[in-house]
Amino acid sequence: MFDYGSFSFRDKEELYAKAREFWNPGKVDFWRGQGIDLVIDRREGYYLYDIAGRRLIDLHINGGTFNFGHRHPELVETLKLALDHFDIGNHWFPSAARTALAEEFIKVSPGMDFCVFGAGGAEAVELAIKSARYATKRRRIVSIIKGYHGHSGLSVATGDDRFSKIFLADRPEEFAQVPFRDLAALEAELKKGDVAAFIIETIPATYGFPMPSPEYLEGCVDLCRKYDVMYIADEVQTGLMRTGHMWGWQAYGIKPDIFVSAKGISGGLYPISVACMTERCAAWQREDGAAHITTAGGSELGCVVGIKVLEMLQRPEVVANVHAVAQFFAEGLAEIQNQNSDIFGGIRQKGVILGLEFNHPEGAVYASRALYEKGVWAIFSSLDKRILQFKPGVLLDAPLCQEILDRFSAAMPLLRQKLASAPRHA
Amino acid sequence: MPEQDTSQRMQTPDVAAARAGQMLNTARWAADRFSRMDAATVRSVVKAMADAGFAKARHYAEWAVRETGYGRVEHKVIKNEGCSRGIFEKYGHLDFVTPRIDHQTKTVDLPRPAGVVFALTPVTNPVATVYFKVLLAVMTRNAIVVSPHPGARDVCADAIRTLSIAAQSAGAPPGLIQVVENPTIPLIDHFMTSQDVDLIVATGGPAVVKAAYRSGNPAIGVGSGNAPVLVDDTCDLRRAAKYIVGSKSFDNSILCTNESTILAFDSIADALLQHLKTARAHICRPDEVAALRKLLFADGGFNIKMIGKDAAIIAQAAGFRAQGAEILVAPVDLIQPEEPLVREKLCPVLAFGRVADFNQGLAAARSVMRKSGKGHSAVIHSTDERRILSYANAVPALRIVVNVGCSLGAAGFETHLEPSMTIGTGFAGGSSVGANLKPENFINLARIAYNASEAEPFGVFEGLSRDTLPPPAPRVHAFPEPATSHQAHGTAVRAELRKLIQEELKAILAA
Repeated sequence: MFDYGSFSFRDKEELYAKAREFWNPGKVDFWRGQGIDLVIDRREGYYLYDIAGRRLIDLHINGGTFNFGHRHPELVETLKLALDHFDIGNHWFPSAARTALAEEFIKVSPGMDFCVFGAGGAEAVELAIKSARYATKRRRIVSIIKGYHGHSGLSVATGDDRFSKIFLADRPEEFAQVPFRDLAALEAELKKGDVAAFIIETIPATYGFPMPSPEYLEGCVDLCRKYDVMYIADEVQTGLMRTGHMWGWQAYGIKPDIFVSAKGISGGLYPISVACMTERCAAWQREDGAAHITTAGGSELGCVVGIKVLEMLQRPEVVANVHAVAQFFAEGLAEIQNQNSDIFGGIRQKGVILGLEFNHPEGAVYASRALYEKGVWAIFSSLDKRILQFKPGVLLDAPLCQEILDRFSAAMPLLRQKLASAPRHA
Repeated sequence: MPEQDTSQRMQTPDVAAARAGQMLNTARWAADRFSRMDAATVRSVVKAMADAGFAKARHYAEWAVRETGYGRVEHKVIKNEGCSRGIFEKYGHLDFVTPRIDHQTKTVDLPRPAGVVFALTPVTNPVATVYFKVLLAVMTRNAIVVSPHPGARDVCADAIRTLSIAAQSAGAPPGLIQVVENPTIPLIDHFMTSQDVDLIVATGGPAVVKAAYRSGNPAIGVGSGNAPVLVDDTCDLRRAAKYIVGSKSFDNSILCTNESTILAFDSIADALLQHLKTARAHICRPDEVAALRKLLFADGGFNIKMIGKDAAIIAQAAGFRAQGAEILVAPVDLIQPEEPLVREKLCPVLAFGRVADFNQGLAAARSVMRKSGKGHSAVIHSTDERRILSYANAVPALRIVVNVGCSLGAAGFETHLEPSMTIGTGFAGGSSVGANLKPENFINLARIAYNASEAEPFGVFEGLSRDTLPPPAPRVHAFPEPATSHQAHGTAVRAELRKLIQEELKAILAA
């Protein structure tokens, strides 16, 4: 019996059956089909516990949402104390919490002028696209093939058609896509003179973290400047110190016109997202401040948590920890890769953002499964299933990192076994 | 207009405690990395720290006196130099890193650092203790987080940064040496009870030491001193007086090894007083003794305002003049704990009692130490080995120094004991260690032990290091890497790929 007071389930089977019946049969069936029978119950630090009690180390962290781990005590206390005073807030009036977060955000985002808040990443991307359109008075948006920026109307249209066509939400006339690392293709689009913005994740996550060269990103920014197109950096997964810098664009030495932050800024506790932009892009707020209204966006509770997140990330010991974790995995994984190069093909890394390449078209699906059996939860990249997203949190300590590496090492023979009997379809 | 509420409207969490945990994480990373470094690197890191500390010995001596108001600059310079370059000279040639091979016992001992050390340092010997603990911890490949006494916070924090910078520039990992910038009791408690601390080394008052032992973590805490000084009729009185005054005036008695109470044989007591006077001690009259008692122990405990003050200043505070005196000698009739003047006094005030003979001297020495000072230090000025042995057996001290000043004698700087700012007071003094703190206290030994039988020969470990074992060879039967980003290719390419992969799969399955 899983008893939560106001709801309960007899056992896992009953929960699965009801989840299929009332919630999402596709997701239930997919994961069970993968042999990942996870229903997350208790969670603490970088640990997840299945409802049946099994412990997993979380290297998925929902793309940085749980950057500080689950229910970080300082964040939990911050939110609890905030609840004694604040709630979501009123979306019309100036607010102390919202103003304070905006100010803190701008402090760590040199070159930016305004924060526009949302509730989730997709909303922030909507805001970025709308603001770029306002600034340029143009309509078209260019993104990269296999890019991903969310599932709402405008954001989903920038991404892979797997997510847009099913809902008839693809808009080829307004949204063009060019190959990653192809500046000529980008220029061909921008040249047409009708493009409002180019949007790109600083390191494309759902694509498996292929590392852009600094020249490529600089080249994109230069082309945008040349054709007066707004450069939107999607920093949902690359921001908040995960590259070793507060923002991924800082790690690459570029300056966007707008960047988007979500997931981790919420501390994994209270949803909030931010589109941070220059005066030019935010100028619609001077014309009509209520042109974009959001009740849950920029909720005051989320703002209080966000302020704490930014403060924690800037502590010297946290910055030092990011570097220590990054260095540890760079060295440790290289050694394991060297010993298992038949199946483990390569490592992509910037800070604590890692994509691990496995030598099979769906190698990461099997790797994810093998790691799961060894007590580690890491997810494959949806749009390149050779690549395992390996996302250590910024506060991981040395003993747990060693444990992760030991478990990872133990998963290699198991993965080899799985791959040997895997169908080799693309 | 309603009245404005200026109180804090929203509460926020305690940041200090949260940061403490992260400091320990940082220390753990550094300890892990540093523990893999070889003896030569460790030695150069320790040397760099010793040199940096030595270079700033005077700077910090002046700063410490300015910030704490305790002690004497010249003497602090000596301590700071002794605890930087002095410690390096004493231990620098020793190796707490390399395995120790013993063919006789068929064992190999691997020094194993504690890991993360949490150190509390006192206000009385602030920088010297910081130097001392940091050097010992790092020489044994530990990371250390130092929590200085709040009264000496600034100078200690700066000294710790100096050592940290020197260590890093010599190749130590960042975060090996850290300081608690704003030590508070809850924060110290948080550190002490943290599961991420491997060893606590506590120097300070009895409360701090007890808290360290209560924490549940392995701890080395040391009790307070209260050294009796037996002066018999066989010693050179002039030299004894000189040693006593020199020691008691050293840094104005701020070392816990300073003398508490002279126990002089009746037969030589007057002569000794005369020699003390010659050595610039002020011998107090009975009314001055009463005034000192009142000044130093007004509220039962020791008056901390008088810690480490000059003798003349203390006399002035008590209402008499002792211009130019190095120490104040207070003759007392009662040598029992109820006479406060025979208790520990971290100031240049020395009680003076007369004993009829040696046996009375032993009883008096035990009386002095009955209330405090157990396991710490005692002094005897004598040339009679039988008495020295008898005294050492009778007093509850673990270091009995002979014909030397106790401050620097028991602390190992003027004897061949381990030079130390941290004096183990053993079982009697509520401590797990009985000797002066030394590098061995910061390591365990992992021991490789062979079958004692001659049928099992001992291995040859000479010339091997921890990384001598070659890494396992990479596996050879590699899958070819599929062409990059096949999703972007056309169907023809995809079909070609599929064919290649199938062929390869067949080959593997056939193999």
